[in-house]
Amino acid sequence: MVPAGAQAPDIRLAGLTKSFRSPQGPVHAVRNIDVAIDRGETVAVLGPNGAGKSTTIDMLLGLQPPDSGSVTLFGRSPREAVDAGLIGAMLQTGSLIQYLSVRELLTMMAALYPAPLEVAEVLAQLSLEKLAGRRTQKLSGGETQRVRFAMALISNPDLLVLDEPTVAMDVESRHEFWDTMREFAARGKTVVFATHYIEEADQNADRVVLMANGRIVADGPPNEIKARAGGRTIRASLPSVELDALSALAGVASAERRGEVVVLSCSDSDEAIRALLASFPQAREIEITGAALEDAFLALTADPDAS
Amino acid sequence: MSGLVYTRYELLRAFRNRRFFFFSLAFPLILYFIFAAPNRNVTNFDGSGISLPLYYMVGLASFGTMVAMISSGARIAAERQIGWTRQLRITPLSTRAYFRAKLLTGYLMSCLTIGLLYIAGASQGVSLSAHSWLEMTGLILIALLPFAALGVMLGHLLNVDSIGPVTGGGTSLFALLGGTWFPLTHGFLHDLGLFMPSYWLVQAGHVGLTGHGWPLRGWITVAAWAALLAAGAAYAFRRDTKRV
Repeated sequence: MVPAGAQAPDIRLAGLTKSFRSPQGPVHAVRNIDVAIDRGETVAVLGPNGAGKSTTIDMLLGLQPPDSGSVTLFGRSPREAVDAGLIGAMLQTGSLIQYLSVRELLTMMAALYPAPLEVAEVLAQLSLEKLAGRRTQKLSGGETQRVRFAMALISNPDLLVLDEPTVAMDVESRHEFWDTMREFAARGKTVVFATHYIEEADQNADRVVLMANGRIVADGPPNEIKARAGGRTIRASLPSVELDALSALAGVASAERRGEVVVLSCSDSDEAIRALLASFPQAREIEITGAALEDAFLALTADPDAS
Repeated sequence: MSGLVYTRYELLRAFRNRRFFFFSLAFPLILYFIFAAPNRNVTNFDGSGISLPLYYMVGLASFGTMVAMISSGARIAAERQIGWTRQLRITPLSTRAYFRAKLLTGYLMSCLTIGLLYIAGASQGVSLSAHSWLEMTGLILIALLPFAALGVMLGHLLNVDSIGPVTGGGTSLFALLGGTWFPLTHGFLHDLGLFMPSYWLVQAGHVGLTGHGWPLRGWITVAAWAALLAAGAAYAFRRDTKRV
Protein backbone atom coordinates (compact mmCIF):
# COMPACT_ATOMS: atom_id res chain seq x y z
CA MET A 1 0.00 0.00 0.00
CA VAL A 2 2.85 2.35 0.80
CA PRO A 3 4.76 3.56 -2.25
CA ALA A 4 8.43 2.66 -2.33
CA GLY A 5 10.51 5.21 -0.48
CA ALA A 6 7.57 6.68 1.39
CA GLN A 7 7.60 6.43 5.15
CA ALA A 8 4.71 4.45 6.55
CA PRO A 9 3.32 5.97 9.76
CA ASP A 10 4.74 4.51 12.96
CA ILE A 11 1.31 3.88 14.34
CA ARG A 12 -1.81 3.12 12.42
CA LEU A 13 -5.17 2.47 14.05
CA ALA A 14 -7.65 1.52 11.36
CA GLY A 15 -11.38 1.21 11.96
CA LEU A 16 -10.89 0.32 15.63
CA THR A 17 -14.11 -0.64 17.37
CA LYS A 18 -14.71 -2.09 20.83
CA SER A 19 -17.85 -2.69 22.88
CA PHE A 20 -18.35 -4.15 26.31
CA ARG A 21 -21.32 -5.84 27.83
CA SER A 22 -22.73 -4.22 30.91
CA PRO A 23 -25.87 -4.73 32.99
CA GLN A 24 -27.30 -1.62 31.31
CA GLY A 25 -26.71 -3.06 27.85
CA PRO A 26 -23.73 -2.83 25.53
CA VAL A 27 -21.26 0.01 26.04
CA HIS A 28 -19.70 1.22 22.80
CA ALA A 29 -16.35 2.26 24.19
CA VAL A 30 -14.61 2.93 20.89
CA ARG A 31 -16.51 3.47 17.64
CA ASN A 32 -14.61 3.05 14.41
CA ILE A 33 -11.64 5.35 14.90
CA ASP A 34 -8.79 5.92 12.48
CA VAL A 35 -5.50 7.48 13.55
CA ALA A 36 -2.10 7.54 11.86
CA ILE A 37 0.88 8.85 13.83
CA ASP A 38 4.26 9.56 12.30
CA ARG A 39 7.69 9.12 13.80
CA GLY A 40 8.63 11.84 16.25
CA GLU A 41 5.13 13.13 16.89
CA THR A 42 3.94 13.77 20.42
CA VAL A 43 0.23 13.14 20.42
CA ALA A 44 -2.22 13.76 23.24
CA VAL A 45 -5.38 11.69 23.29
CA LEU A 46 -7.64 14.11 25.12
CA GLY A 47 -11.16 13.54 26.31
CA PRO A 48 -13.40 13.38 29.36
CA ASN A 49 -13.59 10.22 31.46
CA GLY A 50 -15.40 7.51 29.56
CA ALA A 51 -14.44 8.92 26.15
CA GLY A 52 -12.70 5.67 25.19
CA LYS A 53 -9.11 6.82 25.70
CA SER A 54 -7.98 3.95 27.88
CA THR A 55 -9.69 1.34 25.74
CA THR A 56 -7.94 2.80 22.72
CA ILE A 57 -4.59 2.72 24.53
CA ASP A 58 -5.21 -0.88 25.60
CA MET A 59 -5.92 -1.91 22.01
CA LEU A 60 -2.89 0.03 20.83
CA LEU A 61 -0.72 -1.99 23.23
CA GLY A 62 -2.38 -5.30 22.42
CA LEU A 63 -3.84 -5.66 25.92
CA GLN A 64 -7.35 -5.94 24.48
CA PRO A 65 -8.30 -7.30 21.09
CA PRO A 66 -10.48 -4.93 19.05
CA ASP A 67 -13.93 -6.15 17.98
CA SER A 68 -12.97 -5.00 14.50
CA GLY A 69 -10.24 -2.96 12.93
CA SER A 70 -6.50 -3.27 13.28
CA VAL A 71 -3.47 -1.84 15.03
CA THR A 72 -0.11 -1.64 13.26
CA LEU A 73 2.99 -0.47 15.12
CA PHE A 74 6.14 -0.04 13.04
CA GLY A 75 4.63 -2.34 10.44
CA ARG A 76 4.03 -5.10 12.99
CA SER A 77 1.33 -6.36 15.30
CA PRO A 78 1.37 -4.92 18.84
CA ARG A 79 2.67 -8.22 20.26
CA GLU A 80 5.56 -8.31 17.77
CA ALA A 81 6.42 -4.69 18.45
CA VAL A 82 6.37 -5.32 22.21
CA ASP A 83 8.56 -8.41 21.81
CA ALA A 84 11.05 -6.38 19.77
CA GLY A 85 11.32 -3.92 22.67
CA LEU A 86 9.96 -1.02 20.60
CA ILE A 87 7.21 -0.08 23.04
CA GLY A 88 7.41 1.41 26.51
CA ALA A 89 4.22 2.08 28.40
CA MET A 90 2.98 3.50 31.65
CA LEU A 91 -0.53 2.20 32.28
CA GLN A 92 -3.19 4.17 34.07
CA THR A 93 -3.37 1.95 37.12
CA GLY A 94 -0.81 -0.26 38.67
CA SER A 95 1.63 -0.31 41.51
CA LEU A 96 4.99 -1.98 41.88
CA ILE A 97 5.77 -5.49 43.01
CA GLN A 98 7.17 -5.63 46.51
CA TYR A 99 10.35 -6.93 48.10
CA LEU A 100 12.69 -5.47 45.50
CA SER A 101 14.71 -2.27 45.58
CA VAL A 102 14.16 0.30 42.87
CA ARG A 103 17.49 -0.63 41.28
CA GLU A 104 16.69 -4.36 41.40
CA LEU A 105 13.29 -3.78 39.85
CA LEU A 106 14.74 -1.75 36.98
CA THR A 107 17.54 -4.28 36.48
CA MET A 108 14.95 -7.03 36.27
CA MET A 109 12.86 -5.10 33.75
CA ALA A 110 15.89 -4.12 31.67
CA ALA A 111 16.89 -7.77 31.36
CA LEU A 112 13.62 -8.52 29.56
CA TYR A 113 14.51 -6.28 26.60
CA PRO A 114 16.91 -6.74 23.70
CA ALA A 115 18.58 -3.30 23.85
CA PRO A 116 17.76 -1.55 27.12
CA LEU A 117 19.23 1.64 28.54
CA GLU A 118 21.70 1.46 31.40
CA VAL A 119 19.87 1.29 34.72
CA ALA A 120 22.20 3.97 36.14
CA GLU A 121 21.39 6.27 33.25
CA VAL A 122 17.63 5.98 33.78
CA LEU A 123 18.02 6.43 37.54
CA ALA A 124 19.96 9.63 36.90
CA GLN A 125 17.55 10.91 34.29
CA LEU A 126 14.57 10.59 36.62
CA SER A 127 16.45 11.77 39.74
CA LEU A 128 15.93 8.38 41.32
CA GLU A 129 19.52 7.82 42.47
CA LYS A 130 18.71 8.56 46.09
CA LEU A 131 15.88 6.05 46.00
CA ALA A 132 17.79 3.34 44.13
CA GLY A 133 18.34 1.21 47.21
CA ARG A 134 14.88 1.67 48.66
CA ARG A 135 12.34 -1.14 48.65
CA THR A 136 9.42 -0.43 46.34
CA GLN A 137 6.82 -0.76 49.12
CA LYS A 138 8.46 2.17 50.96
CA LEU A 139 7.99 4.69 48.14
CA SER A 140 5.49 7.53 48.20
CA GLY A 141 2.81 7.81 45.52
CA GLY A 142 4.78 10.34 43.48
CA GLU A 143 7.99 8.32 43.78
CA THR A 144 6.14 5.22 42.65
CA GLN A 145 4.95 7.05 39.55
CA ARG A 146 8.51 8.08 38.75
CA VAL A 147 9.67 4.49 39.03
CA ARG A 148 6.81 3.40 36.77
CA PHE A 149 7.91 6.02 34.28
CA ALA A 150 11.45 4.65 34.55
CA MET A 151 10.11 1.18 33.74
CA ALA A 152 8.49 2.57 30.61
CA LEU A 153 11.77 4.19 29.52
CA ILE A 154 14.17 1.38 30.43
CA SER A 155 13.69 -0.51 27.16
CA ASN A 156 14.73 2.61 25.22
CA PRO A 157 11.51 2.33 23.23
CA ASP A 158 10.76 4.01 19.92
CA LEU A 159 7.18 4.55 21.02
CA LEU A 160 6.28 5.68 24.52
CA VAL A 161 2.65 5.27 25.56
CA LEU A 162 1.38 6.98 28.72
CA ASP A 163 -2.16 6.51 29.98
CA GLU A 164 -3.16 9.36 32.34
CA PRO A 165 0.38 9.43 33.71
CA THR A 166 0.09 12.37 36.10
CA VAL A 167 -3.16 11.55 37.86
CA ALA A 168 -1.43 10.63 41.13
CA MET A 169 1.19 13.40 41.01
CA ASP A 170 1.45 16.73 42.76
CA VAL A 171 2.08 19.92 40.78
CA GLU A 172 5.84 19.83 41.10
CA SER A 173 6.12 16.18 40.09
CA ARG A 174 3.96 16.94 37.08
CA HIS A 175 6.38 19.59 35.87
CA GLU A 176 9.35 17.28 36.29
CA PHE A 177 7.46 14.49 34.61
CA TRP A 178 6.63 16.50 31.49
CA ASP A 179 10.17 17.89 31.33
CA THR A 180 11.51 14.36 31.21
CA MET A 181 8.91 13.36 28.65
CA ARG A 182 9.88 16.27 26.39
CA GLU A 183 13.58 15.37 26.70
CA PHE A 184 12.69 11.89 25.61
CA ALA A 185 10.54 13.10 22.72
CA ALA A 186 13.34 15.42 21.62
CA ARG A 187 15.41 12.36 20.72
CA GLY A 188 13.06 11.77 17.81
CA LYS A 189 10.87 9.31 19.69
CA THR A 190 7.14 8.99 19.24
CA VAL A 191 4.98 9.67 22.27
CA VAL A 192 1.26 9.03 22.70
CA PHE A 193 -0.35 10.04 25.97
CA ALA A 194 -3.93 10.00 27.17
CA THR A 195 -5.12 12.76 29.47
CA HIS A 196 -8.23 14.57 30.55
CA TYR A 197 -6.26 17.69 31.51
CA ILE A 198 -6.55 20.22 28.71
CA GLU A 199 -3.46 22.14 29.81
CA GLU A 200 -1.33 19.02 29.65
CA ALA A 201 -2.38 18.36 26.10
CA ASP A 202 -1.92 22.00 25.19
CA GLN A 203 1.53 22.34 26.69
CA ASN A 204 3.09 19.00 25.90
CA ALA A 205 1.67 17.71 22.64
CA ASP A 206 2.18 18.89 19.12
CA ARG A 207 -1.02 17.21 18.11
CA VAL A 208 -4.26 16.60 19.96
CA VAL A 209 -6.69 13.82 19.18
CA LEU A 210 -9.89 14.81 20.94
CA MET A 211 -12.18 11.91 21.83
CA ALA A 212 -15.75 11.86 23.06
CA ASN A 213 -18.20 8.98 23.29
CA GLY A 214 -15.79 6.62 21.60
CA ARG A 215 -15.30 8.82 18.56
CA ILE A 216 -12.63 11.26 17.44
CA VAL A 217 -14.26 14.69 17.40
CA ALA A 218 -11.17 16.72 16.52
CA ASP A 219 -7.61 15.96 15.44
CA GLY A 220 -4.95 18.60 14.90
CA PRO A 221 -2.41 20.92 16.52
CA PRO A 222 -3.59 22.35 19.87
CA ASN A 223 -3.90 25.88 18.49
CA GLU A 224 -6.10 24.74 15.66
CA ILE A 225 -8.43 22.93 18.03
CA LYS A 226 -8.57 25.87 20.37
CA ALA A 227 -9.40 28.16 17.46
CA ARG A 228 -12.13 25.83 16.32
CA ALA A 229 -13.76 25.53 19.65
CA GLY A 230 -12.37 28.10 21.97
CA GLY A 231 -13.08 31.37 20.12
CA ARG A 232 -14.86 34.23 21.84
CA THR A 233 -18.57 34.68 21.83
CA ILE A 234 -20.46 37.88 21.01
CA ARG A 235 -23.97 38.34 22.35
CA ALA A 236 -26.15 41.18 21.20
CA SER A 237 -29.79 42.14 21.27
CA LEU A 238 -30.63 42.19 17.58
CA PRO A 239 -34.20 41.29 16.65
CA SER A 240 -35.35 40.55 13.11
CA VAL A 241 -31.99 39.92 11.48
CA GLU A 242 -31.45 36.79 9.45
CA LEU A 243 -28.97 34.37 11.04
CA ASP A 244 -27.46 33.69 7.64
CA ALA A 245 -26.47 37.31 7.32
CA LEU A 246 -24.80 37.18 10.72
CA SER A 247 -22.89 33.98 10.18
CA ALA A 248 -21.61 35.40 6.89
CA LEU A 249 -19.84 38.24 8.76
CA ALA A 250 -16.07 38.19 8.83
CA GLY A 251 -14.71 36.48 11.94
CA VAL A 252 -17.98 34.72 12.77
CA ALA A 253 -17.97 30.93 12.79
CA SER A 254 -21.63 30.38 13.56
CA ALA A 255 -24.68 32.24 14.80
CA GLU A 256 -27.74 31.25 16.76
CA ARG A 257 -30.76 33.05 18.07
CA ARG A 258 -32.15 33.02 21.60
CA GLY A 259 -35.22 35.21 21.42
CA GLU A 260 -34.13 38.76 20.75
CA VAL A 261 -30.54 37.90 21.49
CA VAL A 262 -28.15 36.49 18.92
CA VAL A 263 -25.07 34.55 19.93
CA LEU A 264 -22.14 34.64 17.55
CA SER A 265 -19.37 32.11 17.99
CA CYS A 266 -16.28 33.77 16.59
CA SER A 267 -13.05 32.58 15.12
CA ASP A 268 -11.80 36.19 15.36
CA SER A 269 -13.88 38.34 17.70
CA ASP A 270 -12.05 41.60 16.91
CA GLU A 271 -12.89 41.32 13.28
CA ALA A 272 -16.39 40.11 14.05
CA ILE A 273 -17.34 43.02 16.31
CA ARG A 274 -16.20 45.58 13.71
CA ALA A 275 -18.16 43.80 11.00
CA LEU A 276 -21.19 43.48 13.22
CA LEU A 277 -21.31 47.18 14.11
CA ALA A 278 -20.67 48.20 10.51
CA SER A 279 -23.50 46.08 9.15
CA PHE A 280 -25.95 46.24 12.05
CA PRO A 281 -25.51 49.49 14.01
CA GLN A 282 -28.85 48.83 15.74
CA ALA A 283 -27.25 46.06 17.83
CA ARG A 284 -27.57 46.79 21.55
CA GLU A 285 -26.41 45.34 24.86
CA ILE A 286 -23.31 43.85 23.33
CA GLU A 287 -21.25 41.42 25.36
CA ILE A 288 -18.03 39.74 24.34
CA THR A 289 -16.94 36.72 26.39
CA GLY A 290 -13.80 34.71 25.99
CA ALA A 291 -14.77 31.07 26.12
CA ALA A 292 -12.55 29.32 28.58
CA LEU A 293 -10.58 26.43 27.20
CA GLU A 294 -12.70 24.26 29.45
CA ASP A 295 -15.87 25.45 27.74
CA ALA A 296 -14.41 24.71 24.35
CA PHE A 297 -13.47 21.27 25.45
CA LEU A 298 -16.97 20.69 26.80
CA ALA A 299 -18.52 22.05 23.62
CA LEU A 300 -16.56 19.70 21.43
CA THR A 301 -16.97 16.65 23.61
CA ALA A 302 -20.61 17.10 24.60
CA ASP A 303 -22.68 13.96 24.25
CA PRO A 304 -25.05 14.56 21.32
CA ASP A 305 -27.35 11.82 22.62
CA ALA A 306 -27.65 13.32 26.07
CA SER A 307 -28.96 16.74 25.10
CA MET B 1 17.16 -16.16 28.01
CA SER B 2 15.63 -12.98 29.32
CA GLY B 3 13.50 -15.11 31.62
CA LEU B 4 16.54 -16.10 33.70
CA VAL B 5 17.08 -12.75 35.35
CA TYR B 6 13.36 -12.44 35.87
CA THR B 7 13.29 -15.84 37.57
CA ARG B 8 16.20 -14.87 39.79
CA TYR B 9 14.37 -11.78 41.06
CA GLU B 10 11.13 -13.71 41.37
CA LEU B 11 12.92 -16.08 43.74
CA LEU B 12 14.49 -13.21 45.63
CA ARG B 13 11.07 -11.65 46.12
CA ALA B 14 9.52 -14.90 47.31
CA PHE B 15 12.31 -15.53 49.80
CA ARG B 16 12.24 -11.98 51.14
CA ASN B 17 8.57 -12.30 51.99
CA ARG B 18 8.88 -14.04 55.34
CA ARG B 19 5.16 -14.41 55.88
CA PHE B 20 5.02 -17.08 53.22
CA PHE B 21 7.55 -19.16 55.09
CA PHE B 22 5.55 -19.54 58.23
CA PHE B 23 3.04 -22.08 56.93
CA SER B 24 5.32 -23.76 54.46
CA LEU B 25 8.35 -24.06 56.71
CA ALA B 26 8.14 -23.06 60.37
CA PHE B 27 4.64 -24.42 61.05
CA PRO B 28 5.28 -27.99 59.75
CA LEU B 29 8.68 -28.06 61.42
CA ILE B 30 7.31 -27.08 64.81
CA LEU B 31 4.43 -29.58 64.52
CA TYR B 32 6.87 -32.27 63.52
CA PHE B 33 8.82 -31.99 66.73
CA ILE B 34 5.62 -31.85 68.76
CA PHE B 35 4.32 -35.05 67.13
CA ALA B 36 7.52 -37.01 66.62
CA ALA B 37 9.79 -36.20 69.57
CA PRO B 38 7.66 -37.90 72.27
CA ASN B 39 6.85 -40.86 69.97
CA ARG B 40 10.13 -41.62 68.26
CA ASN B 41 9.96 -45.29 69.26
CA VAL B 42 6.59 -46.00 67.62
CA THR B 43 7.61 -48.32 64.81
CA ASN B 44 4.27 -49.16 63.21
CA PHE B 45 2.25 -45.98 63.47
CA ASP B 46 -1.47 -46.66 63.58
CA GLY B 47 -1.29 -49.57 61.17
CA SER B 48 0.53 -47.56 58.51
CA GLY B 49 3.43 -49.98 58.52
CA ILE B 50 6.07 -47.28 59.03
CA SER B 51 7.46 -45.53 62.08
CA LEU B 52 5.80 -42.43 63.44
CA PRO B 53 8.83 -40.18 62.88
CA LEU B 54 8.96 -41.29 59.22
CA TYR B 55 5.22 -41.01 58.77
CA TYR B 56 5.05 -37.44 60.06
CA MET B 57 8.23 -36.44 58.32
CA VAL B 58 6.55 -37.12 54.99
CA GLY B 59 3.12 -36.04 56.21
CA LEU B 60 4.29 -32.62 57.31
CA ALA B 61 6.59 -32.25 54.32
CA SER B 62 3.49 -32.83 52.18
CA PHE B 63 1.64 -30.12 54.08
CA GLY B 64 4.46 -27.58 53.82
CA THR B 65 5.07 -28.26 50.15
CA MET B 66 1.36 -28.12 49.29
CA VAL B 67 1.25 -24.72 50.98
CA ALA B 68 4.39 -23.61 49.12
CA MET B 69 2.91 -24.63 45.79
CA ILE B 70 -0.57 -23.24 46.32
CA SER B 71 0.82 -20.00 47.75
CA SER B 72 2.08 -19.14 44.27
CA GLY B 73 -1.62 -18.58 43.58
CA ALA B 74 -1.76 -15.94 46.29
CA ARG B 75 1.23 -14.19 44.73
CA ILE B 76 -0.39 -14.32 41.30
CA ALA B 77 -3.66 -12.89 42.66
CA ALA B 78 -1.75 -10.08 44.36
CA GLU B 79 0.20 -9.31 41.18
CA ARG B 80 -3.01 -9.24 39.19
CA GLN B 81 -4.63 -6.88 41.66
CA ILE B 82 -1.85 -4.29 41.49
CA GLY B 83 -1.78 -4.48 37.68
CA TRP B 84 1.59 -6.18 37.52
CA THR B 85 0.37 -8.95 35.22
CA ARG B 86 -0.76 -6.28 32.75
CA GLN B 87 2.58 -4.53 33.04
CA LEU B 88 4.35 -7.79 32.20
CA ARG B 89 2.15 -8.29 29.16
CA ILE B 90 3.67 -5.20 27.61
CA THR B 91 7.17 -6.63 27.99
CA PRO B 92 8.79 -9.33 25.85
CA LEU B 93 8.56 -11.81 28.77
CA SER B 94 6.81 -14.88 27.37
CA THR B 95 3.92 -16.58 29.11
CA ARG B 96 6.04 -19.69 29.32
CA ALA B 97 8.91 -17.87 31.07
CA TYR B 98 6.42 -16.27 33.45
CA PHE B 99 5.01 -19.65 34.50
CA ARG B 100 8.44 -21.24 34.61
CA ALA B 101 9.48 -18.61 37.15
CA LYS B 102 6.37 -19.26 39.25
CA LEU B 103 6.82 -23.05 39.09
CA LEU B 104 10.50 -22.87 39.93
CA THR B 105 9.82 -20.62 42.91
CA GLY B 106 7.20 -23.05 44.24
CA TYR B 107 9.56 -26.01 43.78
CA LEU B 108 12.53 -24.30 45.40
CA MET B 109 10.45 -23.36 48.42
CA SER B 110 9.24 -26.96 48.53
CA CYS B 111 12.77 -28.34 48.37
CA LEU B 112 13.71 -26.16 51.32
CA THR B 113 10.76 -27.55 53.29
CA ILE B 114 11.61 -31.13 52.30
CA GLY B 115 15.29 -30.68 53.17
CA LEU B 116 14.59 -29.25 56.59
CA LEU B 117 12.04 -31.92 57.44
CA TYR B 118 14.47 -34.63 56.33
CA ILE B 119 17.06 -33.22 58.72
CA ALA B 120 14.44 -33.05 61.45
CA GLY B 121 13.42 -36.64 60.61
CA ALA B 122 16.98 -37.88 60.78
CA SER B 123 17.31 -36.23 64.20
CA GLN B 124 14.32 -38.30 65.32
CA GLY B 125 15.81 -41.58 64.16
CA VAL B 126 14.49 -41.84 60.60
CA SER B 127 16.93 -43.95 58.66
CA LEU B 128 16.54 -44.99 55.05
CA SER B 129 18.80 -46.21 52.28
CA ALA B 130 20.16 -43.57 49.93
CA HIS B 131 18.06 -45.07 47.19
CA SER B 132 14.89 -44.75 49.29
CA TRP B 133 15.60 -41.11 50.18
CA LEU B 134 16.01 -40.30 46.52
CA GLU B 135 12.98 -42.22 45.35
CA MET B 136 10.82 -40.73 48.08
CA THR B 137 11.93 -37.23 47.11
CA GLY B 138 11.22 -37.94 43.46
CA LEU B 139 7.70 -39.13 44.23
CA ILE B 140 6.99 -36.08 46.40
CA LEU B 141 8.15 -33.71 43.67
CA ILE B 142 5.97 -35.48 41.10
CA ALA B 143 2.94 -35.50 43.39
CA LEU B 144 3.32 -31.73 43.76
CA LEU B 145 2.60 -31.11 40.08
CA PRO B 146 -1.20 -30.99 40.55
CA PHE B 147 -0.75 -28.47 43.37
CA ALA B 148 1.48 -26.27 41.25
CA ALA B 149 -1.29 -26.17 38.62
CA LEU B 150 -3.91 -25.59 41.31
CA GLY B 151 -2.00 -22.55 42.58
CA VAL B 152 -1.85 -21.01 39.11
CA MET B 153 -5.52 -21.75 38.47
CA LEU B 154 -6.72 -20.22 41.74
CA GLY B 155 -4.40 -17.25 41.30
CA HIS B 156 -6.08 -16.38 38.01
CA LEU B 157 -9.63 -17.18 39.12
CA LEU B 158 -9.81 -15.55 42.53
CA ASN B 159 -9.04 -12.13 43.91
CA VAL B 160 -6.80 -11.24 46.81
CA ASP B 161 -9.64 -11.30 49.34
CA SER B 162 -11.05 -14.68 48.46
CA ILE B 163 -7.88 -16.60 47.71
CA GLY B 164 -6.72 -16.82 51.34
CA PRO B 165 -9.74 -18.70 52.66
CA VAL B 166 -9.97 -20.92 49.55
CA THR B 167 -6.32 -21.98 49.62
CA GLY B 168 -6.41 -22.38 53.41
CA GLY B 169 -9.55 -24.50 53.30
CA GLY B 170 -8.39 -26.44 50.26
CA THR B 171 -5.03 -27.26 51.78
CA SER B 172 -6.66 -28.42 55.02
CA LEU B 173 -9.04 -30.68 53.13
CA PHE B 174 -6.29 -32.12 50.93
CA ALA B 175 -4.14 -32.65 54.02
CA LEU B 176 -6.94 -34.42 55.89
CA LEU B 177 -7.85 -36.70 52.99
CA GLY B 178 -4.19 -37.29 52.22
CA GLY B 179 -3.42 -38.55 55.70
CA THR B 180 -1.17 -35.71 56.77
CA TRP B 181 -2.51 -35.66 60.33
CA PHE B 182 -3.20 -39.37 60.88
CA PRO B 183 -2.90 -42.46 58.70
CA LEU B 184 -5.92 -43.43 56.61
CA THR B 185 -5.93 -47.20 56.54
CA HIS B 186 -9.58 -48.08 56.16
CA GLY B 187 -13.08 -46.66 56.03
CA PHE B 188 -14.73 -43.87 54.06
CA LEU B 189 -11.94 -41.31 54.41
CA HIS B 190 -9.43 -43.86 53.18
CA ASP B 191 -11.59 -44.77 50.19
CA LEU B 192 -11.97 -41.11 49.35
CA GLY B 193 -8.29 -40.45 49.98
CA LEU B 194 -7.28 -42.95 47.31
CA PHE B 195 -8.60 -40.46 44.76
CA MET B 196 -6.58 -37.55 46.17
CA PRO B 197 -3.18 -36.42 44.95
CA SER B 198 -2.30 -35.54 48.54
CA TYR B 199 -2.84 -39.17 49.58
CA TRP B 200 -0.14 -40.29 47.19
CA LEU B 201 2.06 -37.43 48.28
CA VAL B 202 1.95 -38.80 51.82
CA GLN B 203 2.29 -42.36 50.55
CA ALA B 204 5.71 -41.47 49.16
CA GLY B 205 6.89 -42.16 52.73
CA HIS B 206 6.18 -45.86 52.24
CA VAL B 207 8.80 -46.25 49.59
CA GLY B 208 11.38 -47.60 52.04
CA LEU B 209 8.89 -50.21 53.19
CA THR B 210 7.64 -51.47 49.87
CA GLY B 211 10.89 -51.02 48.02
CA HIS B 212 9.19 -49.55 45.00
CA GLY B 213 7.18 -46.44 44.24
CA TRP B 214 3.46 -46.04 43.91
CA PRO B 215 1.19 -48.75 42.54
CA LEU B 216 -0.31 -47.98 39.13
CA ARG B 217 -3.31 -46.45 40.83
CA GLY B 218 -1.12 -43.77 42.41
CA TRP B 219 0.45 -42.78 39.12
CA ILE B 220 -2.93 -42.60 37.40
CA THR B 221 -4.45 -40.52 40.19
CA VAL B 222 -1.59 -38.03 40.26
CA ALA B 223 -1.44 -37.82 36.46
CA ALA B 224 -5.20 -37.30 36.16
CA TRP B 225 -5.21 -34.49 38.74
CA ALA B 226 -2.18 -32.89 37.14
CA ALA B 227 -3.79 -32.98 33.67
CA LEU B 228 -7.15 -31.73 34.92
CA LEU B 229 -5.71 -28.86 36.96
CA ALA B 230 -3.23 -27.90 34.25
CA ALA B 231 -6.15 -27.59 31.82
CA GLY B 232 -8.01 -25.55 34.44
CA ALA B 233 -4.97 -23.33 34.94
CA ALA B 234 -4.65 -22.76 31.19
CA TYR B 235 -8.34 -21.90 30.97
CA ALA B 236 -8.20 -19.53 33.95
CA PHE B 237 -5.12 -17.79 32.57
CA ARG B 238 -6.67 -17.25 29.11
CA ARG B 239 -9.97 -16.06 30.52
CA ASP B 240 -8.16 -13.68 32.82
CA THR B 241 -5.82 -12.17 30.25
CA LYS B 242 -8.60 -11.73 27.72
CA ARG B 243 -10.72 -9.78 30.13
CA VAL B 244 -8.14 -7.64 31.90
